[in-house]
Amino acid sequence: MILVDFKLMWRDNVPPHLQTDLSGPDTDMDTTAQHKVEAERPEPSGPAHNTSPRLTLSGISKSFPGVRALHRVSLSLYPGQVTALIGENGAGKSTLVKIMTGIYQPDTGEIGIDGQATTLPSAHAAFGHGITAIHQETVLFDDLSVAENIFLGHAPRTRFGTIDWRTMRNNAREVLETMRAGHIDADARLRDLGIANKHLVAVARAMSIDARIVIMDEPTAALSMKEIEELFLLIEFLKSEGKAVLFISHKFDEIYRIADRYTVFRDGEMVGEGLLKDATQNEIVRMMVGRNVDHIFPQREPKIGAPVLSVSGLSHPTEFDDIGFELRKGEILGFYGLVGAGRSEVMQAIAGITRTSRGTISLDGKAIAPRSAAESIEAGIVYVPEERGKQGVVIGLPIFQNVSLPSLARTSKSGVLGLAEEFALARSYTERLDLRASSLSQDVGTLSGGNQQKVVIAKWLATAPKVIILDEPTKGIDIGSKAAVHGFMAELVAQGLSVIMVSSELPEILGMSDRVVVMREGRIAATYENKGLDAETLVRTAAGIAA
Amino acid sequence: MKNFLKYREIWLLAGIVVLIGLISIRFPGFADPANLRQVFNDTSILMILALGQMVVILTRSIDLSMASNLCFTGMVVAMLNAAHPAIPIPALIVIALAVGLVLGAINGFLVWRLNIPSIVVTLGTLTIYRGATFVVSGGAWVNADQMSPDFINFQRAAFLGLPVLSWIALLVIAVFFLVMTRTQIGRSIYAIGVNPTASVYAGINVGRTKFIVFCISGMIGGLAGYLWISRYVIASVEVANGYELNIIAACVIGGISIAGGIGSVGGAVLGALFLGIISNALPVINISPFWQMAISGSAIILAVVLNARGERRQGRIILRKAEAA
Repeated sequence: MILVDFKLMWRDNVPPHLQTDLSGPDTDMDTTAQHKVEAERPEPSGPAHNTSPRLTLSGISKSFPGVRALHRVSLSLYPGQVTALIGENGAGKSTLVKIMTGIYQPDTGEIGIDGQATTLPSAHAAFGHGITAIHQETVLFDDLSVAENIFLGHAPRTRFGTIDWRTMRNNAREVLETMRAGHIDADARLRDLGIANKHLVAVARAMSIDARIVIMDEPTAALSMKEIEELFLLIEFLKSEGKAVLFISHKFDEIYRIADRYTVFRDGEMVGEGLLKDATQNEIVRMMVGRNVDHIFPQREPKIGAPVLSVSGLSHPTEFDDIGFELRKGEILGFYGLVGAGRSEVMQAIAGITRTSRGTISLDGKAIAPRSAAESIEAGIVYVPEERGKQGVVIGLPIFQNVSLPSLARTSKSGVLGLAEEFALARSYTERLDLRASSLSQDVGTLSGGNQQKVVIAKWLATAPKVIILDEPTKGIDIGSKAAVHGFMAELVAQGLSVIMVSSELPEILGMSDRVVVMREGRIAATYENKGLDAETLVRTAAGIAA
Repeated sequence: MKNFLKYREIWLLAGIVVLIGLISIRFPGFADPANLRQVFNDTSILMILALGQMVVILTRSIDLSMASNLCFTGMVVAMLNAAHPAIPIPALIVIALAVGLVLGAINGFLVWRLNIPSIVVTLGTLTIYRGATFVVSGGAWVNADQMSPDFINFQRAAFLGLPVLSWIALLVIAVFFLVMTRTQIGRSIYAIGVNPTASVYAGINVGRTKFIVFCISGMIGGLAGYLWISRYVIASVEVANGYELNIIAACVIGGISIAGGIGSVGGAVLGALFLGIISNALPVINISPFWQMAISGSAIILAVVLNARGERRQGRIILRKAEAA
C-alpha cells in the first residue's frame, strides 16, 4: 500500500478531500500531459496488458565502423509498467539507451511516441519528449546544490528573468517530499550525498521535468540492499505516476522483483520479449546466452593448509574496528556485507594503501606493517581493486607495461628497466590466461572489457603473490566472463594461493567461498563455514536482523 | 600508443621540413647545414627546458617557475663567478644544478606533502624566485666585463664541429630519452600521468614521483640558468621574464598532452626546434617579431587541434578492435 502513500504525499498540497481523486490534474505538472497519462494509466492493481505503448522502437539498426551494435531490434514501453532490458555485456543495451536519449541516431528503424512516428535528433529533443535516463554513474553536477540539480535548465524565474531561488528551493523540497526523500537537504551540495541519495535526486529531476519515460541503466550496481529497497519503492512510485520505465540490470532477483515485462537482447538482436510472469528465470537466461547455463560455479575439492595471513585487532579511526580473521593456504575466504560495511577499506589497509591505527597483520607467521602498496606487494599480498577502469588498467600503456607495472622492481636492475624480462613476464602470464590480443605492445585500451580484466589479473599474478585479494571481481561483467573468473579463482587456490574475495553477490559468495566473513558497520559480525550456509543467514547477519 | 606517437612526431618533423623549405624560398641560405647547426645551437636552451617541463606535464602537473628558477640560478652563478673567478666552470655547473635542484625540491615538496595543486605552487614560486633574485643581487646587474672569459667561452668552444652548448643539449636529450624509456622512474611518470589511481594500487608512490619530476625540472632550470647567462652575458632580475610560456608552448606543439601521460622526448625537442626556427627565420626574412608571436600562437592551437583529432581517431580504433577481440 506504499503506492497509495506516495500518491497521497504527492498531493499533500491539495486539500485532503481531493486527495483520493487520483485523476485530478496536479498544479505542478503540465496538465495536458498529465491528462493523457491518467487516461492511459492501467488499473493500479497490476499491469494492464492491453494498453497502447508509450514508446515503440521498431526495426532499429545501428552500426559503427566494423561493429554491428544493433540489428533490427524492437522495444515497447508501456505507461505504468516496468520493462526490464536483459542481455549480456555487449548485447547492445547501452547503444539502445543512447538512441532513446537522442545521443545516437539509428541507421534504420522507427521511433513512435504515443503512436506517432517521431525522431530524436538530439538529447534536447528526447528531453522534450519527456525521456530521461538515470545512469550507472549518475550524470549530475557534483558542485551544484540538490535544488539546482533538480531544476537545471528549467529553473523557475522571477519576473526579471533571474532565477527565483526561493521558489526553486521550495519546489525542490516538495518534489523530494513526495518521493519520501525529505531527508535530503535541497541546499546540500550533491558532492556530499551518497550514491543512493544521488539517485533520488536524479529521480526527483525526472519528476520535475514531468518525464514520461524513465530509463534506469543499472541503477542498483553501486547500492546496498537497503538502498536498493528504497530505489524499488521509487520505481513503484514512478509506476503509480503512470511513467513508462525501462530497467536495465544484470540481477535476476531485481528484475523479477520490480519489472512487469522483459525484452532480451543478444549480440545486438532482440531474441525475446513478453510478460515476466509467463517466463521462468531459466528461460530468460537461455535466451540471453543462447544456451543453458547449468552450474556457473566450478566444483572444487579444497585442500586447505596452514594459516597464511592472520589479522587481529585491526582498527581505523573512522572506518573499521577490531578486525580479526585468518586466511589459510588454498582457501577462498568470502567477505560479505552491505555496501559501505567497510570491507574494501579493511582490504585497502591490508594492502598498505590506507593506514591503520591499531592491530597486527602477519604473513606466514611474520608480522608485517605495510606502509605502501609497494611494500605489501613485496611481502606477497596483492589487492585487485573494484573499479577496473579507474584503478586497474592503465589505458594508454601497452599490455606488457600494464602487466609489469607492479613487478618493475623485479624486472629492473637498479632502476634500469629490463625490457626483455618484462616481455617474458607478460607473455607467460597472459598466455596462461588465454588473452586475445594481436601483440603485447598493443594499447590495453583497445582490448574488450573481458580481456582488460585478464590483463589486470595477469598483472597481479605476475607479482607472484601468496595472498590475492579480489574486490568485487565479477561486478558488471557478463555471465560468460564471470564463469571464466570463477574458474580461474578455483585454479589459483588449487595451486596453493590464498584468496580473499569481497563480493556483494550472494550466489558468488555461496558458490565460491570456503568460509564467509560477514561485516557490518565496520566490524566483523560473524564468520561462517560455508557448509549448508544459506543466503538468508548471511543477509540477516549483514543487516543486523536477529534470526 | 608507440605508433601513434611516432605518427604525431613524424607530422611535426614534416611540418618543420616544410617550414624550412618555405623560409629557403625567401632566404636561400637558411637550409644550409651551417645555418641549421646555428639554429640548433640557438634552440638548445629551449630544448633543455622543454624536456624538464615535459616530465612535469606528463604527471598532470605544471612548473611555471622554471624561468624564474633560471633567472635566480643564473644570477647566483654569475655573482659567484664575478666574486671568485677561480672556481672552475664544471664546478659552477654542478652548483647551478644544485641550486636549481633546491628550488625544484621546494616546489615538489609543496606539491607532495601539502598536496597543493602544482599550478598554484609554481605560480607562487614564480614570483618568489624572481623576487629572491632581486634580494641576492640587490637589483644590480652582472655584466659581461665582470664575468671571467672561461665563464663566457665555455659553451662557445667548438668540439667535433659543434659548440659545447649543442653537445650539452644532445647529452640532455640522450639522458632524458634513456630515463623515459629505460628506467623505472620514466615508466612511473607515464603511468601516473595516464592513470594515477591504478598507479597507487600498482605500488607506485605518486606523491614521491611528482616530487622527483619537480626536482628534475628544477635541476634543468638551474642548468639552463648558467647556459642562458653565459650565452647572453648579462644577469639581471629581468632575465627570461615570461619565458615559462615559451617552454610550455614548445611542449604543447611537441604533442605533450596537458592532461598528462602522453608525450615523448622527440616531441618536446621538435616542438622547441619549431619555435626556434620561427624565431631565427623571421628576422632574416624581414618579418616583424610580432608576427612571431602570432605564428607560435597559431602553431599551439594547430597542435592542440591535431592532437585532439589524433585522440579521436584512436577512439574509433578502440571500437574496431573491440569487435575483433
